[in-house]
Amino acid sequence: MPKKSFRQALNEALHSEMARDPRVIMMGEDLTGGAGANGVKDAWGGPFGVTRGLLDAFGPERIRDTPISEAAFIGAAAGAALTGLRPIAEIMFVDFAGVCLDQIMNQAAKFRYMFGGRAKTPLVIRATYGAGSRSGSQHTQALYPIFTHIPGLKVVIPSNPYDAKGLLLQAIRDDDPVIFLEHKMLYDTVGEVPDASYTIPFGEARVVRDGKDVLIVAIGRMVGVAEEAARQLAADGISACVVDPRTTSPLDEETLLDVAEGIGRIIIVDEANPRCSVATDISALFADKCFDALKAPIKLVTAPHTPVPYAPNLEDVYVPTPDAVAKAARSIVKR
Amino acid sequence: MSGLQLPQDKLIEVYRNMRMIRRFEERVMDEMATGDIPGNTHLYAGEEASAVGVCLHLDEGDYISSTHRGHGHSIAKGVDIDSMMAELFGKASGTCGGKGGSQHIADLRKGMLGANGIVAAGAPITCGAALSAKLLGTRHVAVAFAGDGAMNEGVMSESFNLAKIWMLPIVFVIEDNGFGEATANEHVSAGSFTRRAESFDIPAIEVDGTDVFSVYEAAGQAVARARNGGGPTMLHVHVPRYYGHYSGDPDNYRTPEEKAAMRRERDCLINFRKRVAEVSLLEAAELDAVDRAVDAEIDRAVAAARAAPFPPLSALTTDVYVKYL
Ligand SMILES: Cc1ncc(C[n+]2csc(CCOP(=O)(O)OP(=O)(O)O)c2C)c(N)n1
Repeated sequence: MPKKSFRQALNEALHSEMARDPRVIMMGEDLTGGAGANGVKDAWGGPFGVTRGLLDAFGPERIRDTPISEAAFIGAAAGAALTGLRPIAEIMFVDFAGVCLDQIMNQAAKFRYMFGGRAKTPLVIRATYGAGSRSGSQHTQALYPIFTHIPGLKVVIPSNPYDAKGLLLQAIRDDDPVIFLEHKMLYDTVGEVPDASYTIPFGEARVVRDGKDVLIVAIGRMVGVAEEAARQLAADGISACVVDPRTTSPLDEETLLDVAEGIGRIIIVDEANPRCSVATDISALFADKCFDALKAPIKLVTAPHTPVPYAPNLEDVYVPTPDAVAKAARSIVKR
Repeated sequence: MSGLQLPQDKLIEVYRNMRMIRRFEERVMDEMATGDIPGNTHLYAGEEASAVGVCLHLDEGDYISSTHRGHGHSIAKGVDIDSMMAELFGKASGTCGGKGGSQHIADLRKGMLGANGIVAAGAPITCGAALSAKLLGTRHVAVAFAGDGAMNEGVMSESFNLAKIWMLPIVFVIEDNGFGEATANEHVSAGSFTRRAESFDIPAIEVDGTDVFSVYEAAGQAVARARNGGGPTMLHVHVPRYYGHYSGDPDNYRTPEEKAAMRRERDCLINFRKRVAEVSLLEAAELDAVDRAVDAEIDRAVAAARAAPFPPLSALTTDVYVKYL
């Protein structure tokens, strides 16, 4: 299978789906990055180079550079989705969802329910998230718990190039509003990605690595951290299973519970702030549904309850590290 | 009140501040290349006359809010360059103890309410500062700097409306460098910015931001209006942006010729020197001496920032609340 970067995998998904379905359109700031003066086009290929070439292939009617006005264009995307188009809207950094949260949370997420099931909103909102780039507190948050909390939204957090392509294709074909979150530090990671189109259903966790002593649940960029921890643990003779839920809403409770019951020791790794988070949510699932199978307390390895700091030494300890995960695992496997 | 009539020491101050911003930015670009300044920065070079021309009317108790492009505003408002440079290096001695970085430089002691990572977010915050000044009766004014891109965020219009109905002592300074990141303003902005303000009955003035004296004059009217209870004003200042949007920007949406012409023809420092020479107000040698002094100050700031320690790891969890329990 050909090797491709996370960025390329996403770009391929966008290209193929736009070619397949003329109702798919895209909008966002600097999407073609940008519409410069003097007729310059597609100079950046998007703020992170993900949308390169789309303008050339599909033209400015379907690839729309927007003003800096998230509330207006995310709302417009929601309205377009409600009325026959299948928009993919981009929020450059998920932190900026603060500007347009009403359109996401009170509007798009609720159309179907409020309208008695008579509406569908095939909207994808792509956004980057995550710490590690020394970008300070307003460009680095992992806000998926906020979206996961809101009924009506689906939340997708790919951890590798293969999943990124399959999940994005699924997201575009899905008839509900989907928040699709891309970790900035993953764009250059490389993996095997087929040229052909394929979809990965939502609500299906991936068992990244089998093991019997401890289960490590991780999402997004933390999957790589968990895998590294598992390698460290293997050197100590501890066999760790790593599971990536891939979507936090819907959540594959069945796989998580199945694996947890067989192992009985659980670590949950999460880059988001720890209160009312995906980590606490999954932990509650285990406590509620498979308490009797537990052989040790569930351990959470998360960021602290603070904004993301700028100083490199502080940001490095903010994000969960493989060492911290391995240490947490040792603390419960030894008992 | 023509700016050229400024006393000698004020003229020197104007030049010194613009020069300081320019050299600060050029040096930041060099230091970024060494990899020792983490992340990215957004440079203000080219736009100096706007910050300096406006802030010359402000004293320490007056407020400003800035954008992601915040170094110039901070320096013009009197924030210490040593602590700014240390902040960029992520050091404990920085304006924000290393926790903020370039996009969050703030110094409340100087009335600098913060650079901002969220486009247009400074406008309503500045309305709040103006409200404080009004209700506390301090006669202070507040200035909200924003870019042309920011004008398209809804919160800008909401802030105009609030400022007018509350008759706040505020000046909105829209620094129009023609671009929001890589997208040209002409593609994304309808109508005219001054007319937008005027539709709220806010007086608006269009200004050449490469001429510090024009900015100084327009800002003088606006600040006086605010201080005397006349409410908000908007300045639409046209400025060049010398570097790309941010330090990693290939800036491939502008031609080299275009950029060279901009630096040749729209340089506020060269303009300043020309203007004062024409009326023989200052000797070139005096200005050269300023240049040298500025360079030395920046050298010192960089050396100190490099030598300073990072924040202790314990700082990670402090400052989230004043008091949690
Ligand atoms: C709400 C929000 N949307 C998008 C961004 C990303 N962004 C940062 S700066 C910028 C361009 C701002 O343009 P302008 O206001 O003209 O200021 P300039 O960069 O030209 O000084 C954008 C889109 C952001 N920081 N915040």
